[in-house]
Amino acid sequence: MIVDTPLLELNGITKRFPGVLANDDVYFDVAVGEIHALLGENGAGKSTLMKVLHGLYRPDQGEVRLHGRSSGITTPADAIEAGVAMVHQHFMLVPTLTVAENVALGLAPSGFILDTSEVAERIRDLSSRYGLHVDPSAHVWQLAVGERQRVEIVKALYRDCRLLVLDEPTAVLTPIEVEELFVILRTMAADGVGLIFISHKLGEVLSLADRITVMRDGRVTGETTPSETNKAELADMMVGREVQLAPDRPGFEPGEVRLAVKDLRVAGDRGVDAVRGCNFEVRSGELLGIAGVSGNGQRELAEAIAGLRPVVDGDIKIDGAEVTGRHPSEVRAAGLAYVPEERMRDGVVGEFSVAENLILVAHDSEPFSRRGILRLGKIVERCRELVERFDVKTPTLETTTATLSGGNIQKLILARELSGQPKVLLAAQPTRGVDIGAAEYIHRRLIEERSAGNAILVISEDLDEVLALSDRVAVMFEGRIVAVMDVAEATVERVGLLMAGSGILAEVP
Amino acid sequence: MAGSCHLRVGRCRASEDGIAAIPAGVFLDLQIVDRVGGNRETFASMGRWLRERLAYVTGPQMAGPLVPVVAVLAAFLIGAGMLLALGANPLEGYQALLKGAFGDVDALADTALKSMPLLLVGIGICIAFRASVINIGGEGQMIAGAILSTLVALSCGDLPRPVLVPLVLVGGLVGGAIWGAIPGALKAYSGVNEILSTIMLNIVAVQLMNFLLRDLIMDPYEKEHGRLPQTQRLSENSDLPLLPGGTRLHIGVLVAVGMAGLAYVLLWRTSLGYRLRAVGHSSAAARYAGMPVKRTIVAALTFSGAMCGLAGAILVFGSESHRFVTDGSSVGFTGSAGFNGIVTALFGGLHPLWTIPSSFFFGGLQFGANAMQRAVQVPAALIVGLNGLVVVFVVSSDRLRRVVSESWGQGRAIGRERATSRSGEPALAMSEELDCGP
Repeated sequence: MIVDTPLLELNGITKRFPGVLANDDVYFDVAVGEIHALLGENGAGKSTLMKVLHGLYRPDQGEVRLHGRSSGITTPADAIEAGVAMVHQHFMLVPTLTVAENVALGLAPSGFILDTSEVAERIRDLSSRYGLHVDPSAHVWQLAVGERQRVEIVKALYRDCRLLVLDEPTAVLTPIEVEELFVILRTMAADGVGLIFISHKLGEVLSLADRITVMRDGRVTGETTPSETNKAELADMMVGREVQLAPDRPGFEPGEVRLAVKDLRVAGDRGVDAVRGCNFEVRSGELLGIAGVSGNGQRELAEAIAGLRPVVDGDIKIDGAEVTGRHPSEVRAAGLAYVPEERMRDGVVGEFSVAENLILVAHDSEPFSRRGILRLGKIVERCRELVERFDVKTPTLETTTATLSGGNIQKLILARELSGQPKVLLAAQPTRGVDIGAAEYIHRRLIEERSAGNAILVISEDLDEVLALSDRVAVMFEGRIVAVMDVAEATVERVGLLMAGSGILAEVP
Repeated sequence: MAGSCHLRVGRCRASEDGIAAIPAGVFLDLQIVDRVGGNRETFASMGRWLRERLAYVTGPQMAGPLVPVVAVLAAFLIGAGMLLALGANPLEGYQALLKGAFGDVDALADTALKSMPLLLVGIGICIAFRASVINIGGEGQMIAGAILSTLVALSCGDLPRPVLVPLVLVGGLVGGAIWGAIPGALKAYSGVNEILSTIMLNIVAVQLMNFLLRDLIMDPYEKEHGRLPQTQRLSENSDLPLLPGGTRLHIGVLVAVGMAGLAYVLLWRTSLGYRLRAVGHSSAAARYAGMPVKRTIVAALTFSGAMCGLAGAILVFGSESHRFVTDGSSVGFTGSAGFNGIVTALFGGLHPLWTIPSSFFFGGLQFGANAMQRAVQVPAALIVGLNGLVVVFVVSSDRLRRVVSESWGQGRAIGRERATSRSGEPALAMSEELDCGP
């Protein structure tokens, strides 16, 4: 399967930015039909290396070779031409267009009128061949994150790519979806496609890759194969220190009910109800985790609780107070803090400074403002303290928030939300796309809050995360909570089956 | 300290939203670059190229601010070609233009008077665009302000001057505010596109003005004789006091500059201004944080309209004739300041304080154009053409400047981050996240 001339060779790539060495003499290669994992924390230089490959950056030193020849790629269009495709972490799709139209975008036009029926036909072929379950006529904005990713893969397949780069593809998937994705990727590899699998999830890398390269601080810190290594060794190469992968959870002493959701029905974007009768309670001192496959109503549930999405039926009580259908500000006043799923869209104003984002919720109340005038002194003082306390790594308080890493933005949001002394904390996908160090910190913080008597609701598509954090685990499937159980009874197998819908007959009347 | 940082952050980003939100067709020249798919890459690389060349010559610090200067020079260069084609000496023409606009104290004073409405409208545009609300209704709001303030002066003409002058100015603010609040409320509560509604309300305001000036508040003498659409000589107690120095400069110019300062305070020192900017950048995040997004949109257009209305009032009470006069069109009263103010604000980077020099520049062009016309005998249409060229170049320079300052901001931020970050921290997060965004 693996032939002599590598498909791709990156020879001694060095890329400097003012003040930073982003890639320092990096060697990396991919053989035909090989799955080569590139492992590293955010900022380790993986993305820079991939941008060099795509011609977005010109390396200061070194060379990109494809099929043994200099690649000649200087623009992303060249890359597509050369059969190099990428599935980005932030999807490159036009939300208002259909799947077929998105795939057709950028293809050489065959005439003035775009005929997507042929495209749709091929998408259906590819979709059934690789088990992608992509509907060419669906509009992208209606699709859940996991579905959008499959559209990206279809896009690459449609263009007959020889080398596919996947940037953190599993961050948005469930265990079952991950397995499905791996099947797809292995099929592609068997067809001779070279795959670069960028990740920081150790287990997945070990189970999927033929070869693993680890990067840290712009350098390659190790190259190995799954049979020669283990999780601990990889984590060590990646982070440069020992990592605690699962947080300690002190004893569970639940108090009074803080969040009660009863018979909740919420409309989805596609006109049908996305949440179809949800019932659960979260008590003080308890962390309830909701597991579920992407697109089963979790997003709509969270938005409805936060007052961001109209409720069709049912009710939501926070600390005994009815908040169903109230304005987000009233829901917050009742004691809800919310770490949103779409952190860059909802959680922060990207163009605002760190300080401005820390006061996003409380900007109009003491101590941040008085009689409508912002008190810059107080703001700086309080924000400095928050940044310190929540370990938000930012050069200054005035730094533009969008320039921080995902983990630091998430810590910023957590700092802001917890600083308001909430009665209930709702955290949706709290560590999606966040580096190991920050995820470890966020997990610890959530457990601390729970142990301090707060009620925490974590909605996550990462089953490991739900199982590691929760006191009780609820499983959501097709808009319903199909089961709630103590974490002790929640095994990966049992929850995994429920997530896939097998519990629906047994546990719902 | 913190303020200057807010200023910098705001300056480079907000204009992006403001411009990007203008739909095609209204400001095609601003727009086309934003809408044509895939051009982001091209512009980023163009910006990078220009920045590298300029930085090579001037050093990185100067490269950003120099871009608009280069754009203005380019406009003048093409204008010179046009002058040559008409058989006029461009050097002579430009000399007359500069001298006419900035040559002596009187010229400076007249330029300042020309700049005043541009500045006030520009401030209003800054406020609206910062909230991602596009206000094309400056003309109508100026007229609404002029109407209400004139009605105030006509009905309370006997009040003493220290009372009446502030009162008519407040009348202007309120009139414009009402004319801005209407499209604001329509947008916020019924989803009516504010660009269309503000343009439509311009027409309504012009007709209202024509009706009033030809009938209800028409000068009784004119009604008998001349039929000129104008009011009587308004109460002397409502005349804006002249500033000392023997020029025609009146207090309205100071009021306008003061308003720029107040608008700065509003946007960066008050919680309302904070909400305006938050809604402008991301209404999703503003809603998530519990802000009253709809009311904020209404507030943005209300404040914006108030600034334009004030400009209208000052035009009436600072005029030579001390009357509210029209020729039946909106231009006859406003001199198109309601539209030119938009360009003024964009050139000022949508920052109220930078809009001050920007308005002075455009005011100078407008006023100096007369002198150039006299000096080299070129048709008036050429002056308009030259103004248009400056506008085109300036607006494209805004785009370039943004790209330039972004790519520099990026480089600097990486450096800073590296310098202060602790070990093992993502030093490159910025470039990684920014560049791969859609």
